[in-house]
Amino acid sequence: MKYILMMNATKTDFDLYARCSKEDLQRNVAFMRGFSKELKDSGVFVATEGLAWPNEARIVRAGKDGEPITDGVFAESKEFLAGYWIIDVENPDQAYKIAARASAAPGPGGIPGSMPIEVRQVLTGFTDLGI
Amino acid sequence: MGQPLDIPLEHLLRELTPQVLGTVARRFRDFAAAEDAVQEALLAAATQWPDHGLPDNPRAWLTQVAFRRMTDQIRSESARRRREGEMALEASRAPQATPTINAAAVEDDTLVLLFMCCHPALSLSSAIALTLRAVGGLTTAEIARAFLVPDATMAQRISRAKQSIKDSGIPFELPTKGERVQRLRAVLHVLYLIFNEGYTSSAGPHLQRVELSREAIRLTRSLQNLLSDDAEVAGLLALMLLTDARRFARSSNDGDLIPLPQQDRALWDRHQITEGVALISATLPKGSVGPYQLQAAIAAVHDEAARAEDTDWTQILALYDLLKRISDNPMVELNRAIAAAMVHGPMKGLQLVDALKADARVADHHRWHAVRAHLLEMAGDREGAIKHFRAAAGKTGSLPERDYLLMQAARHLH
Repeated sequence: MKYILMMNATKTDFDLYARCSKEDLQRNVAFMRGFSKELKDSGVFVATEGLAWPNEARIVRAGKDGEPITDGVFAESKEFLAGYWIIDVENPDQAYKIAARASAAPGPGGIPGSMPIEVRQVLTGFTDLGI
Repeated sequence: MGQPLDIPLEHLLRELTPQVLGTVARRFRDFAAAEDAVQEALLAAATQWPDHGLPDNPRAWLTQVAFRRMTDQIRSESARRRREGEMALEASRAPQATPTINAAAVEDDTLVLLFMCCHPALSLSSAIALTLRAVGGLTTAEIARAFLVPDATMAQRISRAKQSIKDSGIPFELPTKGERVQRLRAVLHVLYLIFNEGYTSSAGPHLQRVELSREAIRLTRSLQNLLSDDAEVAGLLALMLLTDARRFARSSNDGDLIPLPQQDRALWDRHQITEGVALISATLPKGSVGPYQLQAAIAAVHDEAARAEDTDWTQILALYDLLKRISDNPMVELNRAIAAAMVHGPMKGLQLVDALKADARVADHHRWHAVRAHLLEMAGDREGAIKHFRAAAGKTGSLPERDYLLMQAARHLH
């Protein structure tokens, strides 16, 4: 079964990251690369993408004429998707374990963090309900 | 039949693709159907030749198979029309005999194909995909992999491109003299974009995309063989060679971006540099100087410096001055600002960068912030540099670039 692990962060979190020391940045970058490689090596990797920072993020709705109405810039406390991994695992517990690994990515001073990772199952196509 | 395959089959097939397609498209006057027929012929070759050996005349073999597919298709179509009670006028289009191939016509046809695939009526993404398939001989799946999109998406992009060609009624012939400059510019732009796509994304996890740059170089080289008198075609080929020569030096094994001054120049491809320098040196004196030639000349000056500190910035600045005169591109002005700073000091560079603030195309662009940060750093303004490196990091669309810019900001924290 497939799960998406979503790394969410507030604008304040993004700003804090941009202010990290060189060593902290290097550790974090190395962790993220190693983590993706680990997923590939263990045969559960499906996809991963990192997103641009939310500076330019917009919420778009269609107006009456169908033209886009955009909404932005947002409050500091609003959470944004920073990036995601999609994995293919046997059961939800395996997904939670992997999410916990991502959550513990090293923060300031190399100390493991506890970043919130949202875990959601990815729906499949047709299945046989057997009824 | 019977010759062993002594060169990689894939290379041979790609080389022959535009030649065969040109012949078939010209004969049947239906580019879209011809393109499908040639893809089928290529597939047949890829499965049969490794077992049966290379045919005596591979091009004639492919052309004949493609002709047969076209004929079959026309016959079944006209049969269908007859069943539907329509006049089967079109059946007369089917050629009866074995194809005859004229060498000069084949060269022209390759050009016609390039002009067709890069026609301004197509969207750029369609033109890129169609060029790689129809002229480059790549399969849809290979192109999809190179652009990291699903096969079905790429197939759709290609079929829409062919439909646009059909709808716009573009004839299968060389553009008129009046149109030619404009149309050639579109071709060069598409080739340049293919190269760039491969070059900007070939670091780190996407290392396999190197192939796109190689393919762009191969296609530009074949265009240059056909139009050896055109200075901008030569300029683009030189630019690609001189830029691609630095490929292995511009990122670390981990995928970190390494800027030009810090690159290990021993990793640069000397062979490509020699070829690129010779090409641009032979081209520039011919007279009609254009933007690709000037960019190639700038790349050549960088590539010829044994160490970063040996770079002839005065010459680079002079080349940027020329480039600015013929192109209204604010990105050129950003590069010129760096060259000016290297020659006249950071204040001169900052002056040029600040003057660009009024230009909506570049103000607040991540490169504007990155260049400003770099120049402020040179001027000793650490706080200003940190601020702009971070602003650039927040705006870039490239992950290795973002990591690099944040590291640059962090360097000044101690």
